Amino acid sequence: MRRAAALVLVLAAAGAAAGLFLTRAERLSETDLAGIEPDLARGEWVFHASGCASCHVSPDAERGDTPVLAGGRRFETPFGTFVAPNISPHPEAGIGAWSDAEIVTAMTRGTSPEGRHYYPAFPYGAYAKAELSDMVSLAAYLRTLPADATPSAPHDLGLPYNIRAGVGLWKLLYLDTAWAVDVGDDPLLLQGRYISEALAHCGECHTPRDALGGLDRARWFGGAPNPSGDGDIPAIHPGSLTWSEAEIAAYLSDGFTPEFDVAGGSMRAVVEGLARLTAEDRAAVAAYVKATLPVE
Amino acid sequence: MHSTNRIVTGAVAAALFASAAFAAGHGGNPAVNARKAHMQVYAHNIGILGAMARGNAEYNAEAAVAAAGNLAGLAALDQTSYWVPGTDSDSLPDESRALPALFDNLDDVEAKRAALEVAAVALAAVADDGLDAVRAGLGPVGAACGACHEDYQKPRD
Repeated sequence: MRRAAALVLVLAAAGAAAGLFLTRAERLSETDLAGIEPDLARGEWVFHASGCASCHVSPDAERGDTPVLAGGRRFETPFGTFVAPNISPHPEAGIGAWSDAEIVTAMTRGTSPEGRHYYPAFPYGAYAKAELSDMVSLAAYLRTLPADATPSAPHDLGLPYNIRAGVGLWKLLYLDTAWAVDVGDDPLLLQGRYISEALAHCGECHTPRDALGGLDRARWFGGAPNPSGDGDIPAIHPGSLTWSEAEIAAYLSDGFTPEFDVAGGSMRAVVEGLARLTAEDRAAVAAYVKATLPVE
Repeated sequence: MHSTNRIVTGAVAAALFASAAFAAGHGGNPAVNARKAHMQVYAHNIGILGAMARGNAEYNAEAAVAAAGNLAGLAALDQTSYWVPGTDSDSLPDESRALPALFDNLDDVEAKRAALEVAAVALAAVADDGLDAVRAGLGPVGAACGACHEDYQKPRD
C-alpha cells in the first residue's frame, strides 16, 4: 500500500517534470547562428514580407518608409485583448538591447529573453518556418529603424488565458514547422509558399482556428471570423477566390480588387508591405494561393 | 476652371443620381444605396485608370483626364445626407459594411474625404502627362481610399 502510494507520487512527479520539460520555453543560442552574416537589404525585404509594421506601428502613426515600431495597437480577441509591444530599437522600451539569438528566438520559438512564452497572437508559428539567415537579417534591419521610448502595455486577458505556462502546452499541440500546402518542386510555388507561410503569415487570418486557437490546417485558407474585430476574413482557396493569378498579384501591389474596390481593414497594411517586394515575389504568392486545395 | 469643375461635378452628380435611383428601385436603405452608388462610380473611374496603370489597357490621355476629373468631382460632392446614423454594419448587417466607428468619427472621415479630393485633383492635373504620371498619381488616390476602408470598413465575407 505504502509502496503503491510512493509509486503514484513518483509517477506524478515524473509526469509533472515531463510536462514541464515538454512545455519549457525553447531558445536558440549564438552557436545556432554561428557563421550567419546579416544582409540589410534582405532584412528589409523580410520586414515588408512579414508584415511587422502592420501590427507594431502605433495605430495613430504612419507606416511609411521608416516605421516607428512603438506598439500599442490593441487586438480584441475571444481570448482577451492583446496589445502589440514596442519592438523599436530603444534599449529599455524596445528590443535595442537584445542579441541576435534573442530576437531570432522570439521570432521562431515564441520565447522572450527572460524565457517566457509569447502568446501566439504574435505569429511565431509562421516565422518558425523561416530561414535563420532571414531572421538574422531582419534583426539587423530592425536595429536601423527609429527608437521609441513608449513602454509596452500589458495584455488584458482573463483566466485561464493569462497563465503563460498554458502557452507551452499550446506550442506542443500546434507549433508545427511542416508546410501546410504541398506545392511540389516548382521554384515559383516554393518561393510563394515561403513568402506566404513563413513570412506574410496569410494563414493566421485566412485559416479557421479551433477552440484553443490552433490553426485548422485541413481547412487552409478556408476563411475565418476576423480575429480582432467585426466580420469575417474571406476564404481565399481556389474553390472560393475566383480571381486570376494576375489579378491576385496586381491586388497585392495596388490594392485594387478586379472590380476596383480598394483593400480595407488589416489587408491594407498587408498590401502596403507586399507592394514593396518585387513583381515576381507577388506573382509567386499569387501562384501559391491558386495552388492551395479547395476547402469544402 | 471653376465653371469646368461645376460642369464636371454636375455631370457626376447626374450619373450618381441615376445610379442611386436604380438601386432605390430595387429596395434597401436609401442612404446605403446612395453610398454604394457613389462607391460604384468611384470604382468605375478608378477601373479606367487602373486598367491603364496595370498595362491591361492602352494609355489614353483623354480618357485618363476624364476619369480623374470624375474622381475629383465625386470626392468633392457633399455626402452628409447619406452617411447618417442608423445605417452602420450593426444596424443593417445585410446591407452595410460601414462600421459603427465611422459614425463616431465623422471629423476624421471628412478629413479622409478631403485627402482623397486632394489626391484626385492632383491626378487630374497630370493625367495627360503620360502613363507614368497616371501610375504615380493613382497610388495616392488608392491610398486615400484605403485609409478610410482600413479604419471603417467591415471585411467582406
